[in-house]
Amino acid sequence: MVIKAAYNRRQTIRYRVVSAVVLCLLLARPLYAWELTGYVGIEDLAFIERPLDSRQHMNYVSGVIEAELYHEWDNGSQVFAFVPYFRGAQYDSNRTHFDIRELTWVKAAESWELRLGIREVFWGVTEAVHLVNIINQRDMVENIDGEDKLGQPMINFAFIQDWGTVDLFILPGFREMPFTGVDGRPRPRPPIDGNDAVYDKNGFARQVAYAIRWSHSIGDWDIGLSNFYGTSRDPVILVETDSTGQMLRLIPYYQNINQTGLDLQATIDSWLLKLEAIVRVNETSTDFATVAGVEYTFFNIADTGLDIGLLAEYLYDSRGVFAPTSFQNDFFTGIRFALNDVQDTQLLAGVIVDSESYAQFYNIEASRRFFDNFRLEVEARFFNGAQPNEPAYAFRNDSHFRFELSYHF
Amino acid sequence: MKKIIISVLFSLLPGLVYAEDISVEPASIEPVSTEQISTTEISAEQQGFEIMQEMDARDMGWGDMNTDMQMILKNKNGDEHIRSLRLKTLEMQGDGDKSLSIFDTPRDVKGTAFLSFTHALEADEQWLYLPALKRVKRISSSNKSGPFLGSQFAFEDLTSFELKKYKYNYLRDEVVDGVDSFVVELFPQYEHSGYTRNVVWVDKERYIPLKVDYYDRKNALLKTQKFIDYKQYLEQYWRADKSEMQNHLTGKSTILLWQGYVFRTGLTERNFDKNTLKRSR
Repeated sequence: MVIKAAYNRRQTIRYRVVSAVVLCLLLARPLYAWELTGYVGIEDLAFIERPLDSRQHMNYVSGVIEAELYHEWDNGSQVFAFVPYFRGAQYDSNRTHFDIRELTWVKAAESWELRLGIREVFWGVTEAVHLVNIINQRDMVENIDGEDKLGQPMINFAFIQDWGTVDLFILPGFREMPFTGVDGRPRPRPPIDGNDAVYDKNGFARQVAYAIRWSHSIGDWDIGLSNFYGTSRDPVILVETDSTGQMLRLIPYYQNINQTGLDLQATIDSWLLKLEAIVRVNETSTDFATVAGVEYTFFNIADTGLDIGLLAEYLYDSRGVFAPTSFQNDFFTGIRFALNDVQDTQLLAGVIVDSESYAQFYNIEASRRFFDNFRLEVEARFFNGAQPNEPAYAFRNDSHFRFELSYHF
Repeated sequence: MKKIIISVLFSLLPGLVYAEDISVEPASIEPVSTEQISTTEISAEQQGFEIMQEMDARDMGWGDMNTDMQMILKNKNGDEHIRSLRLKTLEMQGDGDKSLSIFDTPRDVKGTAFLSFTHALEADEQWLYLPALKRVKRISSSNKSGPFLGSQFAFEDLTSFELKKYKYNYLRDEVVDGVDSFVVELFPQYEHSGYTRNVVWVDKERYIPLKVDYYDRKNALLKTQKFIDYKQYLEQYWRADKSEMQNHLTGKSTILLWQGYVFRTGLTERNFDKNTLKRSR
């Protein structure tokens, strides 16, 4: 009897606590809306040719999950976001990775914004390469297009005026570029050994970087002017050889740099005119790189809803073969199809051609929605005609297809 | 005689701000100020202009507006797809409105946001925020006639109404769904329109559009839009809860449902800049 009474009382208390919590949640909900969204996906990387290294494979399967916990309050002027990310990959342990893409708090006022925490920042206007974009490290194990970024801790203060926005950044914590492991593809041979990275300043990374950027829209023009000081996100790849000249390994070398960047876009009628340029100063040299191009779109062709965009960009880098990208004096041309249908079907096909060796890199990306919550992405990447002295030669057998089916919640 | 007509005209104008609109509409004023036209008969062009001017004038001064919008896309087989977005709009004096649309569904484009500064005759300014890349893209606003989110609404059907965007022609009076209406033809004057003309049925009493027929570039009837369930806000401004767009060529239709209209929430131009665009989710 005694036991039962106690049990009943506990039940009552628990019931009260539960109802109090429910009541709190019900009351709190309209004021403090927490939102959880994200996606889970399955990916397949299928290679066309046999690998250069017997430890590599023809087909790789992986799974991915990204969630976003988002909370907005104070009439939208304060924001909290948490975005964890995980990919579990077959064979290549370097590709199985977890990252916090975002863990941030933002406070917005009439003439300023303060953004704290781990964030991602994008600067720039062009399509073939992103020269100016420098705040975040590229997640190169995720996709070789480098569009995916690792979260970067930062203190970002934006000063918002009629004459534009000035962003000030303090970026504590340098993140090294992740590289595909020995079992993974695509990669050069021998693989890049990220564990033995070297630095130009006393042999270790300068942990804190600083950046400032002014950006503004004036009529048809969108302009950005930026300066970055700190450890370069793009390493130079050093080749270690033995006495016979045999390549032993490749190691990344990070320099301390000061980079000044300009990005400019004019939007005139159906034309987009784009320019990005950087001047990069390191211990030993001053380098210049630029990308300039146009995009023209034929909208709603024959009233079918179809848009066709034509893209052309010229890429120049004074660093030549030492450039962190393999584009030094190259042309990019591309075509973009947007069906503007219910399934949001899109396709972008492009080729970058080296103006000297005529080596080509083809890239086709297509995506389409299914059943309202699913999306299928297909990418095809082909390397062709690279000469042994070019960086792209390392990927000569790594042409591949990538399929990813994702469910969005 | 000239003076009287002009003073009568100006007395119709609600405020000085509005005079700017009129001053750049010489084509519509000239016929009135010519000697041949008497006070009793005005040209159909002038009459059409005055009806739409009155409609525009009655919808001025609401300031800013928040609303949730749902689009229901239907094809001939009755398959439905739902899109939901949140819309913030800021009324600009003497210029087109500024608007920010944030997509909630479909989930794969959740957080995508669209910022638009509309103008009467010059090109609109538009930016798109892509949350996966954290990238703000300035986009061309030449795409007036293309479908919005795969729906039967073209971009130009959803931008704010500005008097200067059209030339007008009053056609007739007609009763539509039991409501006494003016029927006015609108001829787009901005570039890249997909229409030769729109025919609008305007409620004579409330001065709000009830129905629009859209004629394509070959002047064939392409679409019909109906506005349903109007409600009045701030004791002045009428907003429909529902609008239906029927495409006569494809048999597809789109229903727009608006919910939770809130006016004068204190939005400023700062809520419609690229910094806010990047923060929107």
